[in-house]
Amino acid sequence: MQRAWAIIERELRRFRRSPVLIAMAMIMPIIQLVVLGYAFGGNVKHLKVAIVDQDHGVPAVKVRELASAMASGAGTIDTVDYADPGQALDDLRNGRVNGVLTIPPEFSRRVLEKNQPRVALVADNTDTFVSNALAGVLSGMMAAYGQPAHAPRVPGEATLDVVEVYPYVPYVQYLLPGSVVMSVFVMVMIGGGIIFIDDKARGLHEGYLVTPITKFELIAGFNVSGTIKAVLAGVVLMIVGSLIAGIPSPFDPLRLLRLFVVIVITAFALISLMFLLMVRVSDPLLPRATFGVLNTLLYFPSGAVYPQQGFPGWMQVIAVVDPFTYAVHALKCLLLKNTGFAAISYDLMFLSLFAVVAMTAATLLFKRTL
Amino acid sequence: MNAIDVRAIVKKFGDFTAVKGVSFTVDDGEIFGLLGPNGAGKSTLIRMLTTLLPPTAGTALVNGFDIVRQADGVRRSIGVIPQAMTSDLELSVEENLIIFSKLYGVPRVKRERLITELLAAVELTQWRTAQVKNLSGGMRRRVEIARGLVHEPRVFFLDEPTTGLDPVSRVAVWEMLRQLKRERDLTILLTTHYMDEADKLCDRIAIVDHGELKALDTPTRLKASIPGLNSLEMTFLSPPEGWAQTLEALPSVEGVTNQDGVFRIATYNGPATTSAILETAAYAGVPVLSLSVQSTTLDDVFVHYTGRALRDELQEASAQDSPFMLRR
Repeated sequence: MQRAWAIIERELRRFRRSPVLIAMAMIMPIIQLVVLGYAFGGNVKHLKVAIVDQDHGVPAVKVRELASAMASGAGTIDTVDYADPGQALDDLRNGRVNGVLTIPPEFSRRVLEKNQPRVALVADNTDTFVSNALAGVLSGMMAAYGQPAHAPRVPGEATLDVVEVYPYVPYVQYLLPGSVVMSVFVMVMIGGGIIFIDDKARGLHEGYLVTPITKFELIAGFNVSGTIKAVLAGVVLMIVGSLIAGIPSPFDPLRLLRLFVVIVITAFALISLMFLLMVRVSDPLLPRATFGVLNTLLYFPSGAVYPQQGFPGWMQVIAVVDPFTYAVHALKCLLLKNTGFAAISYDLMFLSLFAVVAMTAATLLFKRTL
Repeated sequence: MNAIDVRAIVKKFGDFTAVKGVSFTVDDGEIFGLLGPNGAGKSTLIRMLTTLLPPTAGTALVNGFDIVRQADGVRRSIGVIPQAMTSDLELSVEENLIIFSKLYGVPRVKRERLITELLAAVELTQWRTAQVKNLSGGMRRRVEIARGLVHEPRVFFLDEPTTGLDPVSRVAVWEMLRQLKRERDLTILLTTHYMDEADKLCDRIAIVDHGELKALDTPTRLKASIPGLNSLEMTFLSPPEGWAQTLEALPSVEGVTNQDGVFRIATYNGPATTSAILETAAYAGVPVLSLSVQSTTLDDVFVHYTGRALRDELQEASAQDSPFMLRR
């Protein structure tokens, strides 16, 4: 094994002298974590609502008061009063307001008659996220409007009480497990894919192949060095990312140990996958060209950014075989819920099995000659 | 025992036959040159001898080991400098040597002594800790020569060791190789497409073209083997009709060509032919404008055996060249 260590030593010495490479493998996932985490995670605020009051009765004034109270309170909406309904709709189409709340002329009469009083929300549904948020906020408001001033002691209707098991998880924390796996993958891709093929194309591998090194020592040398580099990237991102995202008690030693185990197994599974993909490749452009495709294909179906239950069937098939899925699940358990190994044993088993299968296939395909 | 014994070796890539059944032997302690244009099959041949490519047919013994059945024995016996620049640019000179020393399993005590000796031999002792990327092309080549010798091989293979080097560095590399051969009892096989390199450095030369061995001998005997030991180049003021035929009839003359008034005369006896031509010209009243006498060069030998000039082929890229391959 001394020869395998010589390869590992060479790879790690080169790695240490390539700070740009280390920085690149870290920067991409961190930028993605911060930008995506804060771009998607926030609650929408200051949605502009045009209010057209065609009724002017006391109940209508009460609706408008409720709306301005919401605007000055939570700040989810900002209200603008319009006299002309046509003008309000024009402004909705032109994007100056996000929705138009119309209080129809007979509103007060129907309220007093208790005859299904209604207000209307005309929403710009080209942005479903915004229109859903508006509808949610305003139906909440109208529900509050309908409540009697003094609620009966025992309400008659069935209600749902939600109990949250964990403290509130901001989206940036939800994304962190995916970013850790991504940093491992980027390092595998650069260190195990691009540099591996560049070295081959430059003839560096010829230098190895004319020595008495065995096939097994060569493969071990390449893969152990690749795993070490990827683990370094994953651990750094896990710690830096935990601090950025505000994961509670990030330095709990037992959890760090469990996280380390997951990162090591993930790195080995991904380097095995990369080695299998690249074992017969000699064109240096190929790993560069497939980088983006692989990244998209592995990262997004993994449940790192959106729950897998929302995927169409074909994407769920990808998710099942995607090693990212299991790595992300295991890291979510540890980072967000601080579980033990019992919760992630299936993930670790899958990743280990995946690594063994991919590595065996790659070893069979590996050629000791040019 | 022969250091290298090549027996009817063949290499095919699909339909293309790169090496067509070549046989030769290299004696112990020889510097043996494979001379040929790019694409002649030199690199394929060297790759087979260094166990990088399995031969399609035939075999070869290197230091007594069969390249197919005893590849590991071959690998322990040889040092190889590939055509491409394969040192680690980010690592220091010494680190490059240490890593290869470990790859060959050289014991630690021996390793340090050998590396010190080799760095002195290639005159890089003061650059020991410098990163290879800061060295010139000639120095990098010397790092590789030292690297190829860290395990004290018996046979040293160099694929175009001086391609891309300036004339001074080339001569320095030749000197180093001669000295290393003397001190370390090495056999050296190198490929080249430089005539002067083959002529001045090699004990024997094999001319390779289109995957075949065209000629094999010492440079002196190769030059002596072809007709027209000398060639004369002459121009005359208004030579008469049939002047070339007149010259061709002179004793010892092998052939005459006339290209735009420049007469090239191939002859077995340069001095005799020269005075004969001068006499003939004076008798015929044809004034001689210029006269030059050239000895046979390896270029002539090469043209004779392959039917084409080597320098025409120099710019042709080899099929194995990768766009990422670093040249010196």
